[in-house]
Amino acid sequence: MSTTTSPITNGDGDDDDDDVVIDVENLAVSYGDHLALEGITLEVRRGGVAVIVGGSGSGKTTLLKAVIGLAPISSGRIRLLDRELRKLTEIEGRALLQRIGVMFQGGALLNSITVGENVALPLEMHTGLKADLIDEIARTRLRLVGLEGAADKLPAELSGGMRKRAALARAMALDPEILFCDEPGAGLDPITAAEIDRLLLTVNESLGITLVVVTHELLSIERLGGDLLMIDEGRVLYSGSTSQARQSSDPKLKRFFQPA
Amino acid sequence: MNRVSGDEHGLLFEGSLTLSTVHLIAEETRPLIRNHPAQALRADVSGLQRLDTAGAVFLRGLSTMARQEDKTLLLGPLPDQLQKFFEYVGHTPTPIAATPESSAPADREGALERLGGNLQLFGERLSAFLFLMSDLTWSAVSGLFRRTGMRRGSFVEQAIIIGSQGLPVIALILFLIGAVSTLQAAAQLRQFGANILVADLLAIGICVELGPLMTAIMVAGRSGSAIAAEIATMKFTEEIDALHTMALDPLRLVAVPKMWAMVLTVPLLTTMADLTGLAGGTLTALVALEIAPATFFDRLFDALHVKDIVTGLVKSVSFAWIITVLSVYRGLDFKGGAVGVGLATTSSVVSSIFAIIVLDLMWNLVFYLR
Repeated sequence: MSTTTSPITNGDGDDDDDDVVIDVENLAVSYGDHLALEGITLEVRRGGVAVIVGGSGSGKTTLLKAVIGLAPISSGRIRLLDRELRKLTEIEGRALLQRIGVMFQGGALLNSITVGENVALPLEMHTGLKADLIDEIARTRLRLVGLEGAADKLPAELSGGMRKRAALARAMALDPEILFCDEPGAGLDPITAAEIDRLLLTVNESLGITLVVVTHELLSIERLGGDLLMIDEGRVLYSGSTSQARQSSDPKLKRFFQPA
Repeated sequence: MNRVSGDEHGLLFEGSLTLSTVHLIAEETRPLIRNHPAQALRADVSGLQRLDTAGAVFLRGLSTMARQEDKTLLLGPLPDQLQKFFEYVGHTPTPIAATPESSAPADREGALERLGGNLQLFGERLSAFLFLMSDLTWSAVSGLFRRTGMRRGSFVEQAIIIGSQGLPVIALILFLIGAVSTLQAAAQLRQFGANILVADLLAIGICVELGPLMTAIMVAGRSGSAIAAEIATMKFTEEIDALHTMALDPLRLVAVPKMWAMVLTVPLLTTMADLTGLAGGTLTALVALEIAPATFFDRLFDALHVKDIVTGLVKSVSFAWIITVLSVYRGLDFKGGAVGVGLATTSSVVSSIFAIIVLDLMWNLVFYLR
């Protein structure tokens, strides 16, 4: 989908439902007595770039985790790729997870195996492909993120930026329909962070993969250019385009976009 | 010169009021305030040349110090170059000025509430442990027939780490324990002229009790702690979450190969430990106690029954199982950062050793209670 149409809405749009790949309705997530998210409603459409922003502790990562099934849903409904998360059996859940890719903040590569084995892991576990073909696919994935020489290295031998690229290669191993990224630029220098954003956009534009990025970095929000969902204290503060968000009179939005 | 002195108006501060001088100046200040004849004091700080955060915090607390001595104190102007810094530090509230009530918790729990909360927590943790125990055991058994979700080679890798790499230290320790227990037994039996019974005690003691028990304790310390630390670190670095999102079961991928390796290698290690323990005891008996070799070996083989060897091996399998379950549980139960990893490791070893001894007692009741 082109970035001129809004891939993310607050749920009251009249767009074709077939295009909606993530549909969250009145979601609440709580940990014990602490209510982390409340009343979250959003839709993300196929092929779009959705950027979830918010300050530290706002609940944006919790929202991402709830959508991929890692955080417990207290109330509300999440539909991912037309399947309602709460109603899935274990086997259906596993099948659904094979259609998405997740790039974690720290990479989350398995430290005991090489980078190549990390990228090959989903292929090895979920496909019946022969080992040499899996190896070739893994090396191709690594080449696409500029890590052709790193297949035999251990994750601990890589720099922060290289680890993120390797994580991207692993997340892309099964050619997912949606790619979720948690703080892709966190802990990276501005040049490397920009390279990661460019890689993500390439994935979105050339393969048509829906991109959901959680970030708090203004430069990253600018570069990714998708539509915004701003979370503040566990609630949706804003849903719409970046340009409109910049012109908003809401003091919290103003402070976010003009922190100085 | 860094100093505080008294004048007719109050206190006079000069020189540096910094981290390295503030404690000396603070010691001198209170008696000066207390002994000053005036009630309303003034602190002249215009002579200060250097001020850091510690000094600014001290100056901020001066009026409180004066109040404690039933006096008032007014802080004079600082030199221009220090005033800005003082204002920067000074705009935060002074902790010394806080009232005791403000630091008290707003809502204190009663003893019954705490007891109820702890019982509920215990119940939740117990049910989580039992669930993991059954889940891991089922996965380990079903995985023998259906290998999906497991990496090729991980079982062999784990068996080498837990088994062959652990063998030298376990064998050496059992060799020494065999020697020590022979010497101790002989010291007692000699009093009754029954030195030769050392062979019986050695055979039963090592094969039924010390071999399996010491091997399990060593494995809990060496491999159980490593399993807990590895899984806790994987949780900390979101590797466990990443496996979930790749539709992979961390138990099958990470824990089941370890369970297989433990259940296979611990009985093998125990067998080797039995042999080296017997070797240590035999060598000591023959060399130090001068028992005739033929007589000693006759007694040794007479005393050792198949049932005793099987008992030891059954015990070792159960020890391996409980060490793995507890270590995986402690690893997954991890909370916090580096300290959490340390706690998971320690608690896995402590709880494994406790469980090993409880299981040992249970097996002894099953096999030897008449």
